[in-house]
Amino acid sequence: MATTLALSTSRLINGEFAMTFEYAPAPESRASVSIKPKYGHYIGGKFVAGEKHFPTINPATEEILSSIALGGKKEVDAAIKAAKKALDLHWSKLSGRERGKYLFRIARILQERAREFAVLESLDNGKPIRESRDVDVPLAAAHFFYHAGWADKLEFAGVGTKAKAHGVVGQIIPWNFPLLMLAWKVAPALATGNTVVLKPAETTPLTALLFAEVCEQAGLPAGVVNIVTGDGSTGALIVDHPGINKIAFTGSTEVGKIIAQAVAGTSKSVTLELGGKAANVVFEDAAIDESVEGIVNGIFFNQGHVCCAGSRLIIQESISDEFIKKLQKRMEKIRVGDPLDKNTDLGAINSRAQLEKINELSLAGDAEGAQRWSPACALPDKGFWFAPTIFTGVTQSHRIAREEIFGPVLSVLTFRTPQEGIDKANNTPFGLSAGIWSEKGSRILWASQKLKAGVIWANTFNKFDPTSPFGGYKESGWGREGGRHGLSAYLKGATHD
Amino acid sequence: MNYYSLIDGSDASLKNFLKNLSGVDAVGADARAAMLATRSIKTSSKRWAIDTAISMVDLTTLEGADTEDKVQALCTKAVRPDPSDLNVPSVGAVCVYNDMVATARKHLDLIGGQHVPVAAVSTAFPSGRASMKVKIQDTKDAVDAGAGEIDMVIDRGAFLSGNYIGVFNEIVAIKEICGEKAHLKVILETGELVTYDNVRKASYLAMLAGADFIKTSTGKIAPAATAPVVLVMLEAVRDFHEMSNVRIGVKPAGGIRNTKDAIKQLVLVNETAGPEWLTPSLFRIGASALLNDLLMQRMKMDDGYYASPQYVTID
Amino acid sequence: MTKRIDVKKTYKLFIGGAFPRTESGRTYEVKNAKGVFVANPCLASRKDLKDAVVAARAAQSGWSHATAYNRGQIIYRIAEMLEGRTEQFVAEICELTGATPKKAHDEVESSIDLLVWYAGWTDKISALDGSTNPVAGPYYNFTIPEALGVVGFIAPKKSPLLGFVAGIAPIIASGNTVIALASESAPLPAMSFAEVIATSDVPAGVINILTGKSAELAPWFASHMDIDGLDISGLDSKMVTEIKVAGAQNLKRIHSFKDLATPGRILAFMESKTVWHPIGV
Repeated sequence: MATTLALSTSRLINGEFAMTFEYAPAPESRASVSIKPKYGHYIGGKFVAGEKHFPTINPATEEILSSIALGGKKEVDAAIKAAKKALDLHWSKLSGRERGKYLFRIARILQERAREFAVLESLDNGKPIRESRDVDVPLAAAHFFYHAGWADKLEFAGVGTKAKAHGVVGQIIPWNFPLLMLAWKVAPALATGNTVVLKPAETTPLTALLFAEVCEQAGLPAGVVNIVTGDGSTGALIVDHPGINKIAFTGSTEVGKIIAQAVAGTSKSVTLELGGKAANVVFEDAAIDESVEGIVNGIFFNQGHVCCAGSRLIIQESISDEFIKKLQKRMEKIRVGDPLDKNTDLGAINSRAQLEKINELSLAGDAEGAQRWSPACALPDKGFWFAPTIFTGVTQSHRIAREEIFGPVLSVLTFRTPQEGIDKANNTPFGLSAGIWSEKGSRILWASQKLKAGVIWANTFNKFDPTSPFGGYKESGWGREGGRHGLSAYLKGATHD
Repeated sequence: MNYYSLIDGSDASLKNFLKNLSGVDAVGADARAAMLATRSIKTSSKRWAIDTAISMVDLTTLEGADTEDKVQALCTKAVRPDPSDLNVPSVGAVCVYNDMVATARKHLDLIGGQHVPVAAVSTAFPSGRASMKVKIQDTKDAVDAGAGEIDMVIDRGAFLSGNYIGVFNEIVAIKEICGEKAHLKVILETGELVTYDNVRKASYLAMLAGADFIKTSTGKIAPAATAPVVLVMLEAVRDFHEMSNVRIGVKPAGGIRNTKDAIKQLVLVNETAGPEWLTPSLFRIGASALLNDLLMQRMKMDDGYYASPQYVTID
Repeated sequence: MTKRIDVKKTYKLFIGGAFPRTESGRTYEVKNAKGVFVANPCLASRKDLKDAVVAARAAQSGWSHATAYNRGQIIYRIAEMLEGRTEQFVAEICELTGATPKKAHDEVESSIDLLVWYAGWTDKISALDGSTNPVAGPYYNFTIPEALGVVGFIAPKKSPLLGFVAGIAPIIASGNTVIALASESAPLPAMSFAEVIATSDVPAGVINILTGKSAELAPWFASHMDIDGLDISGLDSKMVTEIKVAGAQNLKRIHSFKDLATPGRILAFMESKTVWHPIGV
């Protein structure tokens, strides 16, 4: 069957300007995913029914994906009890080698089911399939693979001879990288001999619930990993529970402080990975095209829903006009739309609530006199969307330079001398990450020495690896995740925690 | 010559211009090219891309064993790539050694291919290692024989030893011979330049000297037209247009073997220099085996099942 | 009913990802623990060794530039493949060494676990052995361990699988490539191991396996100027001095190990590189 596919508005190809190269829809199929209409919790190796439920939706279409259980005291108690039982009867008795093998199995199964996880993540979270496919899922598998290898090598991890598992660990993760944050938490916890009660975010529980199936397929002993879904109240129940020996939390600074206060006076160990307002410092000798790319990635990757997002561009004044022009031209190429389309660069905002926050702060930016610019882009009517946006003429005193927007909004400030650039970058209560763009090695090292941030990217941005410790200075949190440093957090009596 | 008012033609002015160009971060360039390679081009856009790519192919034979009959066969294929479907566009050009130009031109005109230019490789292609006298004669012979396009090679030895003005002056001289008769493609042989910084410098040098097209490679060595190299060259023509208001073309050559590769090139053009470059007058692909793969993919899109090499012609 | 006649395997060498016969055309007889003929494995020559070194050298740059994660996954894959062939190896070990099935099972399972252990080291060895050094000046200074290059391995005579794996895995974990000479009296598990490697996504030339007489080949390993290191754990103690003298020609790093599972076996075939860079605006 010959199909003559009509070419839209074609002009003569030979010798004249061609039409614009439109990319036809390239949707990833949903066929690999099967979502249940209703989920309970995963406790003691079994799916148990919940009592109250709330919907989880696809933020790109507002379609209801499933009905999720709201975990209360009963479920949290049961999960912690199951985790303790698993620890005492089984998990603490296994050699590191055998523990590691479970984690290797989990890593391999995540690789096998990668497509399914990527599609599900994009449906539940709103992020482009290209990102969940190429970043979230592969990194999650890598985290399990890396930590699997530590399980039987703790004597070489520099944690000292007295280090022991904490016991039952309560883990509360955010909605921006649901599966990856689960991997960052569960892998080191299990590798070091702890058992886990994990609460995924309210708006993104589905990949965690699918992960329970992976635990089953890996033969993980019942109760080693428990998943309790719910909202902030569920998280508070976990934090306050006396059966929890250690808490790991990733989320807003506001909630992080509440948790820190809640555990004060208890023997609970806490690590926190909180917010940021990272500066990307671009020097005049930067490689311009790659720097533009890095700035774009820094703030528009994952819709800007990234704690370490480069949400402030601090650029040397001598090149700022030229650079902004190039940045704007590059932003015109950002494709906003259906997260399941393989060519989408910027997906949906995760929730109505988050969209309102982004709007509120952007309006503040307008009101305070910064100049807003977005490329023209058609946003769908249903779902939660925000065009990629930059504000120029921003100074330290603008709200949009101080407060975390957690959306695809970049604030642009300038500097005259390197020290001034660093001072502006450091002038924030946050300290999670920073970027440095320069072709001069000594300048990069000088700047990285002076920047008060836990992760510094030079001539790159948003790079993550299980071997590379991640975490912030100041109000961006306590402790590190990944690498040798991240292991210590899960070991009581470690020389470094 | 006013060199677009960007330099004055002196060694100092050229060196200064090239020195002030922004560096290229290799890892960043690789990453950008890799991201663009993930674009998924389907259905109607794929069909359009295939036809566009066919119209951009510089169908090439550059073998020591080339004969008149071989060149004639190539020319026939160039004009009508698929005898079973006359809707398939002709290719962008036929590319041969200069002593085959007359044969090619004659045959093309005989079979209704007047609109297909003959491109001749020149200046002691592929090595470029010969006297200026020989290179000039090489080019004159080709133009006199009817070549509408000249693909010259730069002196890479001169470039790598820092003799930029030497490279520059050679291009200016060859451009003069081309005059109004032929457009000039300047082959940088990026595989020998190695670094992206060099590719950027050489791109600007060639454009300032009068290139109508900058071309990646001779196709005789690897690596040839890798995606990051083409990316850097597309950035150069984009930015050069900002400076001079003139659009220079880009031609990747070598290593583009199948439809997937060709479509990736079109995506690079689209998202780097822009859709204005998506025309054979500003983008060509130097290839030989590619054409048959494009035809087979075209057949698959029209027929709905995978084709076999038996259903396309050898040239 | 007549007993089924089985198809006997011809055992060849494993060089550059392929299974060539020895260029010398020689073989030697291997008998089982009861003195019954089992097979005629190749008696590798110095020319086979030479070819193996060429293959190993060609593969080394790519292998050391693969990410540590990738190398770890490949070594884990070898474990996956070996696990699937447990029974084959149990049978070979029992036949050749006279070990009981239980002992043979233990050896195979220990070999699999040892591969998993070393697979988990690839991306951790630099955390163990690398450092940033607080020099007294405005310089950023770091030390990083790097792969040595091409390493030869004379495998132990007993534990024909476990001893073999214990040498190969740590050598390749860091990015070295290896030419291993199997146990002379019990070479078959090593040759079967070559089949495992061939199905594990290991790039051609990273692991090369020869069978033959160590008294004949060890001196050629030792004198070869394009081999950078040697694991002589399986070498007859009478030959050690001679081998070390020959190896001194190009200062080969020569080691022998008793422990099967130690990061020391990885670090022994690595080199430390220290880099300085000024810190200044």
